Parts: sequence; C-alpha cells; structure tokens
Amino acid sequence: MIELSDVRKVFPARRTAGEVVALDGVSLSVARGEFAGVVGPSGSGKSTLARLVNLLERPTSGTVTVDGRVLTDLDAAGVREARRSIGMIFQHFNLLDSRTAAGNVEHPLELAGVGRTERRRRVAELLDLVGLADRHDSRPAQLSGGQKQRVAIARALAARPSVLLCDEATSALDPASTTGVLELLRQVRAELGLTVLLITHEMSVVRAVCDSAVLMSDGRVVDGGPLAEVLARPDSALAAQLVPAPAGPETGDGALVQLTVTDATPHGAVLQTLTAELGLSVEVVGGSVETVAGRRFGRLLLRVEGDDGRLDPALVRLRAGGALVERTAAGDPRPQPDADDGPRPEREPDVQRLADAPDVQR
Amino acid sequence: MNDWSRIAPQLVDATGETLYMVGVATALTVLLGVPLGVLLTITAPGALAPHPLVNRLLGLVVNLGRSLPFIILLVLVAPVTRGIVGTTIGSTATIVPLTIGAVPFLARLVETSLREVAHGKVEATLAMGARRRDVVRTVLLPEALPSLVAGVTVTVVALISYSAMAGAIGGGGLGDFAIRYGYQQFRTDITLVTVVLLLVVVQLLQWAGDRWARRLATS
Repeated sequence: MIELSDVRKVFPARRTAGEVVALDGVSLSVARGEFAGVVGPSGSGKSTLARLVNLLERPTSGTVTVDGRVLTDLDAAGVREARRSIGMIFQHFNLLDSRTAAGNVEHPLELAGVGRTERRRRVAELLDLVGLADRHDSRPAQLSGGQKQRVAIARALAARPSVLLCDEATSALDPASTTGVLELLRQVRAELGLTVLLITHEMSVVRAVCDSAVLMSDGRVVDGGPLAEVLARPDSALAAQLVPAPAGPETGDGALVQLTVTDATPHGAVLQTLTAELGLSVEVVGGSVETVAGRRFGRLLLRVEGDDGRLDPALVRLRAGGALVERTAAGDPRPQPDADDGPRPEREPDVQRLADAPDVQR
Repeated sequence: MNDWSRIAPQLVDATGETLYMVGVATALTVLLGVPLGVLLTITAPGALAPHPLVNRLLGLVVNLGRSLPFIILLVLVAPVTRGIVGTTIGSTATIVPLTIGAVPFLARLVETSLREVAHGKVEATLAMGARRRDVVRTVLLPEALPSLVAGVTVTVVALISYSAMAGAIGGGGLGDFAIRYGYQQFRTDITLVTVVLLLVVVQLLQWAGDRWARRLATS
C-alpha cells in the first residue's frame, strides 16, 4: 500500500546551517490494512518520512508509491488528486480557528467540490464517528486537545482516504486523551480498512496500536518488522526499546540468563530444564512485562548458580527448541547496535509525561 | 467670532469631503493592497509559491512607496493624477495620491498578518489536495481576518492624516479648511475645532475597527 524505495532527502545548506541529510536511503513497505509505526529519536528523520508519503516533502531521490501510484512520477495536479486519498493528522492538530468543528471537517469536502447537502450529511456522520456529535458548532479554541485531535481525525477521513498518516498525533496530548485517540485510530482502521502509518517517539504508542514498526536513527532504518517477530529476535534494537531489558543486579555470583517470554514460547520448559534436569539454583532477579500489539511479552532475568559447564549446552538446546533464552552480563543487558548513533530516545517517555503533561489548550 | 453660522456649514462640507476621500481611497487601497500583500507573502522564500525575483521586486516597490514622505509623493504623482482624474485640485483628485500612498502601507500590514498564520494550517490544507489559491482563499485570508481588519483600521487612520496633508495643496476636506481658515486667517479656534473633529473621526473609526476585529477573533 505504501512503498518507499531507497528514498533520500537532503535539505540544501542555508546561511545558518550546512546541508542536512534527513533521510539516507530509506526503504519501507506497509501492507494494505496494516498499522505501521515509525519510531526514533528526534532528528532521526521520522517526520520527514511521513511528509514524503503525501509529497509534502519531495524526496531528493528514490520513489514513493501509494496504492499502486508512483507519486514521485506525478505532476502537480496528479499529486493533488493522490493526496485526497491520503489523510493526515498532526501533533498540533492544525485546525482552522476561523471555522467550527463542523466547518473544519467540511473543509476537504469543499475543496473536493462535494455538494452542500452531501457535505452536511458527511460531516454529521464523521463527527458522530469520532464521538463529537454534540460539538458541531464548537470552535477549536473551545475544545480540549483530545477533542481537537478527534476533529482532525474526522477531517482527515472526510475524503474517504485509504491511507492515514499520523505525525506525532498524540505527542501533545495527556495520557488519557492519548489512550482515547489511539483507541479511535484502531477503531477507524478496523471499520474503514485503513492503512495507517504512525510516526511517534513514544514506545507506549507503538506497543498499544501497531502491528509492525521500524526504528530510525540518523536518517536510516536500523531495525523493523512485525512486532511479534521483532520481539522474538534477541539482538533487536527495536525490541530492546519496546520491552526494555530488566535492570540486572549490580553484584552477585552466578550466571545471568535472560529469558524472553511470549505467547508462543512459554518459559516453563526453560525453568524445568534448569532446575529439575540440571539441578541448578535459579532465582528471578528482574523482569518486565508489556502488552505489545495485543499480546503479552515479558523478559525475565534469572540468576543461575551452581553451573558446572552444563549451562551453555543446555541453553543451546533450549534455543534450538524455540525458547528465547541467552546469557547476559550484568550492567550490559543487551547489545545496542545503535548505541553510538547519536542521541537515543528516552527509555520510557510515558513515565515522564504523566508528571508534566497538562491538557495543552492550543 | 459670531461668524460660526457661516463657517459651520462649510465645516460640515469639509468633513464630508474628508470622509469621501478617505472612504473611496480605503476601498481602492483594500482592493489593491490586499492582493499585493498576498503576493508579497506567498512569493517569499519557503512560502506557498516561492519566487525570489518577484518577491524582491515587490518588496522594493513597497519600500519605495513607504519611504517617500507623503507630501513629496503628492507632488510626484501629480501627472498621474491629472492623467486619471483630469485635474490635481479637489477631493476626487486627492484620492489618487492617497491610494498610491496607502497601498504599500497596507500591503506590508497584510504581509505581516498572513505570515502569522501557522504554517501547519497551510500544510494540513495542502495535504488535503488543495490548490495554492484555495489555501489563500480558505486558510490564509480567513485565518488572518481579525488581524487584517486591524490593519485596515490603522490604514484608514493613516489615510485621514494623509488627507489632511493633501488639503495643504488644494485637496479639500478638513485639512484644507484648517489651512485656509485657521492658519491663513489666524483663526486658532477654527484650527482647534478641526483638530477635535479629526480626533473624533479617528477615535470612532479605531473603536469600530477594534470592535469588529475582536468580534471576528472570538466568534
């Protein structure tokens, strides 16, 4: 549905700054009906990526294909036409203050030349869909952040797009509004069969709604795939951020073993093998559990004492049997392929956001 | 001092002339200044339709008009005035220099107002598949309307002051009246009355403009 192929975007040098390579050979493929996430620290190029999909930003090289149409080959009129089938919502909503909620939703319909009666009908339908049937005549200034984003979603859906782009759509919202907006996005995706590309720096958002995700760093995609598959990969940088490795103990004897628990790989067999079969002493020293894409994923950090050389062969055997288990060192829980690739996102931004996220009235 | 019965009707006529000059000049200024302001805004680098050459040229013309003292402009455009109106004397003739003087002024104010419209709104509208002219028509102008009204109010007030100046070289209106009766006949009382009248007109206009702008902003 969305196909970016070897896309580069270079912002030319200006008086105040040198040339900036925002995207450096990015390829991305989102299937029809998929809810795909793009995560990464600020400055990693993820917002530029979103803006390329509807050609708000033209790539320096590479092609952008949406719904079978190669947008980068189209002329201005063709691009305008194609944009009608790509809805977009933004961090700061970008509603028109001179229009009511209904007027804002009506805007794309006016531009598309839809007749007045049909417009009215569609606006009522859309505001009802986003749960704002009673706020037709409210001005954006009278709505809360979450309500504004709902209006923006209704507006983005007005022209019946097949793709919805969400550029940090929940980043200006408080946690409760974020949950509501994400639920709405999931609901409209299911009801309308939309393909959604969601840009965010919040891992909690990806965990809540995405089927798949890519991790960006310095203008490149460094990791990605369907979340279930990503989480099952022990060396995945994206998985390390989605379900962070539990902090290990500072000191202590014995080997540290990390066990990833998923629906498909129950941990019973591992514990059974280590304790009953090998007779080792196993203690749980850390753990974290997250719900990702509707499924539960956990990481357990085990301290194993009394290893007489049989632990490593046993782990190999367990891995061969499908268990996600590996030895790890305290203090350096996981390999970080992108560790020296510039600033990293906050591990758990939503904890911070709880404290300093007023319901921003814009 | 008992000639007020003779002077009063002339004062009313002069006020009428001032309102006529300023009214017509305002209409023409809005008609020309708003499109010029829009062009200045959208041709700027990084704006809706960047065009450095056009932008610099328009900027130059506007700056020229703005930097010229009005009294000089008045004399300078006299041939143009004669070409359009047939004479350079009287209120109708004064409308020409008034408009030429106010258009660059308003254009700059319009540019400032339009630049205040958040770029995100423009982008959101482009993302809907809008044409650039749709963006100007449905986003830039409506979103900036309260600020545009305030800009027009400032322009009207400036036009009143210009029109009084035009009176000095036979433009008619309150300025002309103050010069002929107040200054040349040493009637300070007439000058004072004229000043008060101008003040009242300016105050009324400013009040109405502010009210309108506020209504637009909060409605």
